[in-house]
Order: sequence, then structure tokens, then C-alpha cells
Amino acid sequence: MTENSDSALALRAARLYYDEGKTQDEIGEILSITRWKAGRLLALARESGLVSITIANDAASPAAAPSSGIIPTARSRAHGVVDSASLRAFVTALPGVDAIGLEGRAARIATRSVKNESKREALDTIIRLIDLTTLEGADTPGKVRSLVQKAVVPDPADPTAPRVAAVCVYPDMVEHAVAALGDRAGDGLTGIGVASVATAFPSGRSILEVKLADTRYAVSKGATEIDMVIDRGAFLAGDLDLVFREIAAVRRACERPDGTHAHLKVILETGELRTYDNIKRASWLAILAGADFIKTSTGKVQPAATLPTTVLMLEVVRDWFALTGERIGVKPAGGIRQSKDAIRYLVAVSEIAGDEWLHPYLFRFGASSLLNDVLLQRQRMTSGHYSGADYVTID
Amino acid sequence: MSDMTIPKTYKLFVGGKFPRSESGRTHAVNRPDGGFLANVATASRKDARDAVVAARSAWSSWAGATAYNRGQVLYRVAEMLEGRGAQFAQEIIDSTGATPAAAKAEVRAAIDTLVWYAGWTDKFAQVFGGANPVAGPFFNLTVPDSVGVAVAVAPNAEGSSLLGLVASIAPILTMGNSVVVLASESAPCVAMSFAEVLATSDVPGGVVNILTGNVAEILPWLASHADVNSLDLTGVEGEVAVEAERSAAETLMRVIRPRTFGATEKSFDRIARFVEAKTVWHTKSLA
Repeated sequence: MTENSDSALALRAARLYYDEGKTQDEIGEILSITRWKAGRLLALARESGLVSITIANDAASPAAAPSSGIIPTARSRAHGVVDSASLRAFVTALPGVDAIGLEGRAARIATRSVKNESKREALDTIIRLIDLTTLEGADTPGKVRSLVQKAVVPDPADPTAPRVAAVCVYPDMVEHAVAALGDRAGDGLTGIGVASVATAFPSGRSILEVKLADTRYAVSKGATEIDMVIDRGAFLAGDLDLVFREIAAVRRACERPDGTHAHLKVILETGELRTYDNIKRASWLAILAGADFIKTSTGKVQPAATLPTTVLMLEVVRDWFALTGERIGVKPAGGIRQSKDAIRYLVAVSEIAGDEWLHPYLFRFGASSLLNDVLLQRQRMTSGHYSGADYVTID
Repeated sequence: MSDMTIPKTYKLFVGGKFPRSESGRTHAVNRPDGGFLANVATASRKDARDAVVAARSAWSSWAGATAYNRGQVLYRVAEMLEGRGAQFAQEIIDSTGATPAAAKAEVRAAIDTLVWYAGWTDKFAQVFGGANPVAGPFFNLTVPDSVGVAVAVAPNAEGSSLLGLVASIAPILTMGNSVVVLASESAPCVAMSFAEVLATSDVPGGVVNILTGNVAEILPWLASHADVNSLDLTGVEGEVAVEAERSAAETLMRVIRPRTFGATEKSFDRIARFVEAKTVWHTKSLA
């Protein structure tokens, strides 16, 4: 037989097998060939591309990502959120936020006095919780390498300075960060994590396929954490299903072949959500859809992280813990530049969520210039005199 | 109501704003005859720290301004001071008990000093810098650059409550440094009124920062501050000066020792203490 007639035969075999559901024995009879020959023809059909097989479980496939409604997650199902109506009912039934009370509480937290003995501990805790970030259009592999160097040894003059939790970069920089970290890589506690923003960061204005490809790429290159953005336009327009679907789909895209998954931080971009009620709703929605962390901002929109916003999100994870016993992380990001501000966030975490949250698995600062300020304060406490920018490395 | 006196509480001058001391402290300042004059803020080490931060962030744009522009700004300060000359003369009398003639002469001299340094801004480089002869086909040019953040202490000497302050900060500002200055303990009100002049001139916020309070309390923190580039001890005496020099030795801070210059002296050399000579090589021709 010639190659041509072989592929013609393979096409017929494939139609019988896949379209009509015949067994290889039946195909053998119909085409007057042996059943082994039928098996070889089917294999040829797959290898040559005559047949392509899509697993329906894939989030990108139409079956798994419908263009309306939601596919409930294990978490959402446990809370009765199984479809579009129940999601809307759940989110709109959340009690409103007392804005004055919230801001008052945040203002009181900001007045807590942290004495010198505790301040040293607070500064080291801040460093251990930092996602050292570079998200510039001008980022290069070289800049990422020096960022990693700084993450590993924040203060070259003082080896007692702890290392940061993770570095946070764009997806195309993940491989450079992973390479630069080498055996110092880890999950934030065991070593330095590599967080990657994904899903058309920072605006999130792209199609789901692109967002998922972005995510999968970062995970495949070794990102241990994915910082996704939600579709704020859809959220504000009331399309909660779309926001839910996207988060759930990205969460699935975070899965690795070995069954583990990159931790998913969901960026709400609180500066664009306008009201505390919206921030609260978006926080719950993100958790129901599968977030491991809820994160305030991209850092590209003002206002970015604020203390009241973070207090509110900490209250949500505290309530979720009371409800389910499961701990969700919180990450304020953007605009936290001074140790003094960061210490206030630590106080908020401790007072609202609890000290268990002061852990790299449950709380992070998304920051770049904060680290240098913390180092200056550490140097001041060590040397007894004020330090200057000439005494820390530039990013 | 017009005869009701309103005792003034002076605040600090940091980053172009007039904040109270972070510590909330104030102290009363008396007239030479013992009567109450006003309350002034008593700065703490944290106010000093904030002032250095303000000076550091203001420095680059002030240093980057053209020499001509810096001259215009200093000249503008002199203009504003002249416009409020009578007020300053009265304040000097109230603070120090000087005669009206002496007070007027001091204001006159302060204005003169500002105009004198304003003139130097775009001439200093020609005199201090130059084209150096080298054995090769190169241009070799030396130009003066500002050093960064300076700390000065306004002298307590008689007849220098305004003039001493102006004579301290003008040479620092001439070539583009920013400054944190501790007002003299004897005449803090005059210093803070001068801050009002600076705030209403075109001096960018943070280029000059004025703190009132106890020099012996604040100066050690500034002398040991690693983000301060030069320290002018002209207005300091005795143990405080020795301690400041010792602290400054821990960093690369340059120190102008006490009595290097007179309290109200204006001199070319004083400008030169706050510049760094930058030398550039350039080929004469590519042919």
C-alpha cells in the first residue's frame, strides 16, 4: 500500500472510531483489515494530526469555561454558591461596611506606640514578609538578577538581616529570577519564592485565553505564586459571574502536572473599586472562586494600599477563618514606602486577623522601596545614629 | 480689640512648611529685660531627622538649577528681607536689646550679604574652576559641584541674630547645597521670621530648613547622621563642638571647624568649603 492510501484509510478508520463509536474489531471487518492494522491506522491518524484530542476538563475549552454562569468551586459549593443567582445572592447579602467606623479603627491602629525593643523585631518581620518587586517596562534580566541578589542578602554590611519572602516580577522574567535564585528558591518560608504577575497585568484587559496562557507560562517557568488581576470593569458593571469564572479558571491554570499548584493571589485593585462595600464583596468573591491570597492593588493605580482597605480585607479573612477554619492570606501592595507605615500594617494584622497571620504564607507586603527604608532603620538601631541612602544598595 | 496683644508661638521650618515639633514641646523666649517675648518650638532629634530628609530631597533640583536662577532666588530673598526691614529691626531690638541704629545696620548687612552671595552664584565657577594644562591632547576642566546636605549652627555672637544666620546659610546655598540650620538659642524668633521671608521668596521647599531648640540636644544627632555631607561648626563653641567633630569622624562628612570663619564673615573661601571639585578630561580633537 502507498502512503496516500494509508492516510486515506486512517481517515476512514478515525471516522468510524471517533464519530461512529466502532471498536477496532468492527473497523477491521468493515475495512477488511486486521484489528491490529486498525489500531496502527488510528495511531497514525492521531500522530499525523488527522485527529486532535482536547480534554474537556481544560479551562480554556468551551465546555469548561462557559460564556455565562459559573462552575462552582469546592469552596463556593460549600457555601451554597452553585450558580449565577446564588453567587449574586451571596455577595449582595454581605453586610455593608461602616466606612466611618472602619477608618476610625484604622486611625486608632496607626496611633499604637511600638517601643524600641519591639521595633527591631517588627523591622525583621517586615523584611521576612516582603515580596520584593520590580514591575517596570524597562526591566531586564540583569535588573532581575540584582533584585534577587538584594532579596537574598538585603544588607551586605549586616548578615543578621533576614531575607525577603519572594521576588515579584513579570512572567517573562520568571525564568531569570528562578535561575538567579538557584537552590535558594522556596515557598517564602523554606526559601525565596518567585511571584509572577499574570493575566494581562496591570489592567487585566485581555481575553481569557491570553490570561490563561500568561499564567501557564509563568507557572511552567517556575513561578511559585501567581498575582492575577480581576476584571474591575466587569465587577463594577455587575458581571460577577465573569469575575468568578476568570478567577476559577486562572486557579486551575496554576496547577502543575504533579498535582501541586502555584499560590494564587487575587488583586482586587481597590483603588478602582471605589467603595468599601465593593472591596468587601470582591474579597469574598475572590475567596469563593479559589484565591489563596487577596491583594489590594497593582501599585499602578492611585490610591494603592491603604490601612483602612487592608483592615477591611483582614476582617474578611478573619471571618472566613471563623466560618471554615481555613486561613486566606492578605497582601497590601503599592504605596507602602516607610517602615513606620509598614509597622502599622503589622499592628493591624496582629489585632484583627491574629498573630498566626504574621507569616509569609499568610501576609505579604508588595513593595520595592520599603526594603531600603527598613534597612536604614535597622542600621540606625544597630549603630545608634541615623543612616543615609549611601549606605544601602540601590535597586 | 485692637490693643489686645497676641503672643506668637513660632513653629519650625521644614520642607517649606511650618510644622510644630514632633515632640510637641515649646519653650518661652524672654526679652533682655526678662519680659515674655514669645513661645518657640523645641525641636527633637526626630525633627532633625525629618529636616535632613527634606533637605536631601530638595537638594538635587536646587543643585540642578542654573547658577543664574540660584542667583535670582537669593537676590529675591534679599528683596523680601528689605521690604520687611523695619519689622526685623524691631525684632532684633526685642530679642537682643540692640540700639535701633545697630539693629538697622544689622538688617542692612544681612541684605548686603545675600546680594553679595547672589552675585557669586554664576561667577564662582570661573574663579574656582578652570582649564588645567595637561601633557596631552586633552581638555582638562575643573568645575565646582555642590556637596549635598549641609548642617550649620547660627552663631550666638552679639550683633549676629539675623546676620549670623544669613552669613551661615548663604554660602551653603550659593553653589546648590541644601541646609538644615539650628537657630541661635538667643534669638530664635528672628530666625523664624527669616523663615517666613524664605517661604515667601522663591526658595524651593526643603532647600533651607530651620530648627529652634537646644543645640546641645539636637546637634549630636545631626553630626552623626550618615546622610549629612558637611557640617559647619562656625556657630558652636566648647564641648558641644568637640563632640560634634568626634561624631562626624564616623562618616565621610566634611567639617568646618569652629572659628575657621568669623560669625558674620562673608568670604569666597566660605563658598569653597561647600563644593567638590569635579575634573573632566575630554579629547581636544578626533582628527
